[in-house]
Amino acid sequence: MSLLRAVARRVAAGLVVLWAAATAAYLALLAAPGNTVDSIVGDGADTPQIRAQIVTEWGLDRPPVVQYLDYLWRLAGGDLGRSYLLQRPVAEVIGEQLAPTATLAVAAAGLGVLLAVVVAVGTTGRRRRWPRRVSSAAELLLVSTPPFLIGIVLLSVLSFRYGLFPVAGDQGPAALVLPTLTLALPIAGLLAQVLRDGLDRALDEPFVLTARARGVRERAVLLRHALRHALLPTVTLAGWLFGVLLGGAVVVEQVFGRPGLGQVTLSAVTSKDMPVVLAVVTLSAAVYVLVNTAADLTCLLVDPRLRRS
Amino acid sequence: MGPLLAVEDLHVTFDTPSGPVAAVRGIDLTVGVGECVAIVGESGSGKSVTARALVGLAGVDARVRAGRLDLAGRDVRAYRPRDWRRVRGRLAGLVVQDALVSLDPLRTVGAEIGEVLAAHDIVGRRERAGRVTHLLDQVHVPEPARRARQYPHQLSGGLRQRALIASAIAGEPVLLVADEPTTALDVTVQAQVLRLLAERRAAGVGLLLISHDLAVVAQVADRVLVMRDGRIVEEGPTGRLLQAPQHPYTRQLLAAVPSASSRGRRLSEPARVRDGCAVPALARTPLPARPAVRPDDTVLDAVGLTRRYGPHTVVRDVSFSVARGETLGLVGESGSGKSTVARLVAGLLAADAGTVTFESTRWSGVPERARRPLRRRLQLISQDPLGSFDPRYTVGRLVAENLDPGPDRTERVVALLRRVGLGPDLLDRHPRSLSGGQRQRVAIARAVAPRPSLIICDEPVSALDVRVQAQVLDLLADLRAADGTALLFISHDLGVVHHLADRVLVLHDGAVVEQGPVGDVFSYPRHDHTRSLLDALPTLVTAG
Amino acid sequence: MTVTLGPTPTAGAAVPLATDPSTPAGRRRTRPRPGLLVAGAYLVLLVVAAVLPALLAPGDPLAADPRATLAAPDPAHWFGTDQLGRDVWTRVVHGAGHSLTIGLAATGIAVTGGVLLGLLAGLAHRFADETLSRSFDALSAFPLLLLALLFITVTGPGTASLLVAIGIATLPHHARVVRGQTLLVRRAGYVEQAVSFGLSRPRLVWRHVLPNVLGPVPVLAVIGLGEAVLAAAGLSFLGLGPQPPSPEWGAMLSEGRNYLQVAWWMTVLPGAAVTATVVALTVVGRHWQARFDGRRP
Repeated sequence: MSLLRAVARRVAAGLVVLWAAATAAYLALLAAPGNTVDSIVGDGADTPQIRAQIVTEWGLDRPPVVQYLDYLWRLAGGDLGRSYLLQRPVAEVIGEQLAPTATLAVAAAGLGVLLAVVVAVGTTGRRRRWPRRVSSAAELLLVSTPPFLIGIVLLSVLSFRYGLFPVAGDQGPAALVLPTLTLALPIAGLLAQVLRDGLDRALDEPFVLTARARGVRERAVLLRHALRHALLPTVTLAGWLFGVLLGGAVVVEQVFGRPGLGQVTLSAVTSKDMPVVLAVVTLSAAVYVLVNTAADLTCLLVDPRLRRS
Repeated sequence: MGPLLAVEDLHVTFDTPSGPVAAVRGIDLTVGVGECVAIVGESGSGKSVTARALVGLAGVDARVRAGRLDLAGRDVRAYRPRDWRRVRGRLAGLVVQDALVSLDPLRTVGAEIGEVLAAHDIVGRRERAGRVTHLLDQVHVPEPARRARQYPHQLSGGLRQRALIASAIAGEPVLLVADEPTTALDVTVQAQVLRLLAERRAAGVGLLLISHDLAVVAQVADRVLVMRDGRIVEEGPTGRLLQAPQHPYTRQLLAAVPSASSRGRRLSEPARVRDGCAVPALARTPLPARPAVRPDDTVLDAVGLTRRYGPHTVVRDVSFSVARGETLGLVGESGSGKSTVARLVAGLLAADAGTVTFESTRWSGVPERARRPLRRRLQLISQDPLGSFDPRYTVGRLVAENLDPGPDRTERVVALLRRVGLGPDLLDRHPRSLSGGQRQRVAIARAVAPRPSLIICDEPVSALDVRVQAQVLDLLADLRAADGTALLFISHDLGVVHHLADRVLVLHDGAVVEQGPVGDVFSYPRHDHTRSLLDALPTLVTAG
Repeated sequence: MTVTLGPTPTAGAAVPLATDPSTPAGRRRTRPRPGLLVAGAYLVLLVVAAVLPALLAPGDPLAADPRATLAAPDPAHWFGTDQLGRDVWTRVVHGAGHSLTIGLAATGIAVTGGVLLGLLAGLAHRFADETLSRSFDALSAFPLLLLALLFITVTGPGTASLLVAIGIATLPHHARVVRGQTLLVRRAGYVEQAVSFGLSRPRLVWRHVLPNVLGPVPVLAVIGLGEAVLAAAGLSFLGLGPQPPSPEWGAMLSEGRNYLQVAWWMTVLPGAAVTATVVALTVVGRHWQARFDGRRP
């Protein structure tokens, strides 16, 4: 029962954060200098009809509390509003660009995690000094380099110089390789650092000594005991990972000329298409909360100690 | 048949950035079939390193060298990691301290025990669960099948330690190395674990017991080796060693153990006598005379103290009083509510019911402002002195903080440090760079600085080695005699309380089950719990 | 959602600030490390470049030389020239001031706000703490870049909105660490002990809580600065920061991208400046942090 209560508590906390995030986004709209209608119109066509439409849709002629509640209500119903610049519902705009970004994000996350685990497991322990130093340095370099620079360097060497991969576009799996790598490398760098740190700590724990005293193989000690402990703090980074993927997608899609959510966002920002920006931001917060709650629940499953009341 | 374990001239050296450090410097050791050999020593003596080296786990930075190192008749000196794996768990099992951290908290107890069976292919996958249950049963874990499915944190300390022993004996090793197997356990649980180890020995297993506690060792060991600074200073059959110790260090160790028989005398040699020159420890130096306790003059009065945490009542209806100059002992096992009582009395925690009166002033249920004028009359010494020091402060500043400001404050600090046996050279040092004993002395100096009428000592010596503990207890006795300070002395160690206290309060599940003069309570216990505590207490039968 | 005080990720925060008692400090003796020296020297150079750029590059970062456009690095132009014939070295040196100012200002906002709100949450009673902590959670639910984008959409691009955006986006991280640290210190044995010295609450907070909470803040700030510089470069690469011809590193990268095939130095060398800055800050910050952790019991 304590497990059920723990799950319920985390889900409730997630909902609260979600509500707060939606409110924050709404406040950002209100805080925009000038008329709210102007903010929503952005750089789009500004006619009395459109303005009237905005006033009706956002309920701007009603009291602020009603406006706010109405906004929450629409959001809860999945209505992301309408872009007056593109003259289309925002959900549609986002929906059709979701697939390429999702593909990119999933591929990059998978590759990043895989690389991190392999590197961290391969370089932990105190016996191997040199591989560890080299990989530490590489990780620091990757984490400290702007992702777009990694992309640009990869692009100029592998695509321009050797022509191994297409320069731009999203045609075929070959076009996915460089963007994925660009996005995955910094992630792998940071995760490997966190993971190795966790492994080192776990290997210093007394239960590792006991496991070794049982005659368990070193590889089993590492994988069966230490890795689980090291993965726990890494799992809590899932929410952050999602943020990096989404933020990274904006940059990477720009560098590689790929269509996707990032491009939509960026052009919405430059043309001040507030409804689209708001929707993307709110949506990303929602997914962040979802991912984070899932990560918390995973920890709850893996670590029985957290299930205590 | 030869001995199970034969070691000659064992050296263990650690490579550190500041050069090699010798932890073990040439020790000899044998353990026969069904024999229990104990290594006793203080922290840093090299006893744990020895234990680990014997199973090939001294560490990556360690270099192990020996004239002879035979395990079950096999020379293991040239063993590679792969060979060691076959030894560990199968020929030699290791039991270490504190099973909460020594069993993987993310795995069930059954999985941990089963790991040995899998690593050495002892039984097939299908029979493993049954064998695990059997093993848990063998170490007297009730409901073994259910316990096997639980996680370490769901088991009590005693059950965990038994599960750890089960995992160590799962591979049926001929030798069991137990490194402080009962430290941090309550006395009653400790007695059970010791009985269990004795059972294994009776079954023919050789037992190498590592401990800091002579009394524990005396219960089970056939032979005792006393280790200091990486060397064995004395060894012999348990009875002989305890009755007629030859080496001055062994004598010091024995004399330092507080107990009923040590009442009224010093536990440590006076500071001016250098180690090992003479044997004044056995000369029974008496403690200084104290001002008489005035039972009618009450310093502290606690009535009906109760404290709840959620649904748990951790302290229920505790009443007692402390007279001026009196030392009141408060004993109980872990979780009995001792520390909560201390915090309630100290006014650091609000009671749900009951009142505390200190120096005839209402102490509980009033705002902190009302307590503040009298705060310095009541001081606190905790088990962890380092945690009670602001990490940024030097020794001098720490002590000075509890003194009224004035031009001569530094002199007063130096005088206080002298009183607790520390030199003025420590003024600018950080407590981190001090030894455990020195830290506790600084804490004591700070506590006595405002001349309090009562000092609450919460397990002040339990983290210290026995000789350091002896010095600190002597110091407390000296200060008590000089200042007439009353002490509320909280400890899990009945010996310490018996040594120091005038009256004693026995706490069990948050309630006082027995109280009275120390001699009466400990000689003629009326309550079952007190009786079981005393029965479980390992006692040293020493000369005189 | 649980608030994880552990490694909320920044470029350098792989090691959590909370002290781990299982690794005694005495075991890790600090030896002189060449990496630390190089990083320190680079940072000194960087500060010189930011304060007195003329000392390192006497030229004008905006001076175009139409005769020498897109020239490869040579003794006359160490870092080559760009499409207008401007000296890239001079522009990188003069850009240090821009990038560092943005980074420092953003970190300043984040640290100041984070410390104040974190302290408030850590010292406040349960309800206020809960409200503040949930607000930090909500704010950090927005990915850094998207929060910055939202902010810039509202205020329009430019240096000011860039640095405020980064400051606000990284604020919750600092606030959480400070809150956690405050709770840790509040419950520490020495604070409880200080009550028995008869200290009043304000004096207790002033003398024991504040110094021990604020101690690690500079370390946090150094590591945060690296993160801010990185984020600023990303945003101005997207054209949302200082506008050309200003010699800001991110903006230079953005410009150089169009000439990648003919003049790699226009992109790679300002990029290397960003990377080296972040690496140096991280190395120094981590070293400082390790010393700091070793200092605490």
